[in-house]
Amino acid sequence: MRAAVVTFPGSNCDRDMVVAIERLGGTRVENVWHGETALPDRLDLIALPGGFSYGDYLRSGAMAARSPIMAAVMREAERGVPVLGVCNGFQVLTECGLLPGALMRNAGQRFLCHTVPLRVESRTGPFLSGFETDETIHIPVAHHDGNYFADDATLDRLEGEGRVALRYLENRNGSQRDIAGIVSENGNVLGMMPHPERAVDAAHGGTDGSRIFRNVIESLANA
Amino acid sequence: MKVHVHVSLKPGVLDPQGRAIHHALEGLGFEGVEDVRAGRLIALDVADDTSDETLDEMCRKLLANMVIENYRIEKVAP
Repeated sequence: MRAAVVTFPGSNCDRDMVVAIERLGGTRVENVWHGETALPDRLDLIALPGGFSYGDYLRSGAMAARSPIMAAVMREAERGVPVLGVCNGFQVLTECGLLPGALMRNAGQRFLCHTVPLRVESRTGPFLSGFETDETIHIPVAHHDGNYFADDATLDRLEGEGRVALRYLENRNGSQRDIAGIVSENGNVLGMMPHPERAVDAAHGGTDGSRIFRNVIESLANA
Repeated sequence: MKVHVHVSLKPGVLDPQGRAIHHALEGLGFEGVEDVRAGRLIALDVADDTSDETLDEMCRKLLANMVIENYRIEKVAP
């Protein structure tokens, strides 16, 4: 699997993301600086990692979403290349418009850092196809701005189209309808607040996150 | 030209920061505060010939997130 992990100024989960993808079968994982205007050719996966791009100034992900590399990311996403945005990466995906809604300050005003149970709601797209519907998985969260918001019409549309990917079983950040992750219409873009790259090694407490990456690899094999 | 852009959350969108400020005001004993909404002031110093359309575009492209926020542009006397 050929993958690119984009690093923005302030990304801090980019190395974990590279390691996770490499360990789970990525044969050529390249780190791409946000100031680049082109991505490597023939990518199977683009990952936007967690962190605090531009210090979360203005709004989380707002300035990263307008950085030079994002035009290329959006082109590839529209061509159908799987794009995974985790935490700050999810914020970037909503800010650039690849996914609807916005991530706001946690309702409780606290930074949250713990492993959460999630329900897999959708099997749409390469990231989720290998899960059972309504399966419960455990993946860590670490965020201050993970409160998912969209207007009711958008939420209804997401639910109706089966695009709510993951839901919190314990909603501590105030997200509308317990949403922890959503996918694009065809499922090739997944944005999620929990960190799958932090759940790929049993020594770190669990490996449910590795299945997100394995699903992509399996979907490539089946394509 | 000095321009102030006031960015605020849309009505109905939960504002945790405003709520925390509200609690703090109550804690200080101020009575009769019905609600608090926190916003952001972005002060720009731009060329005098900057058009209203350009200012509007700045707001829509970056300064405000139209999903959750409103903005108001105010030209400030020097």
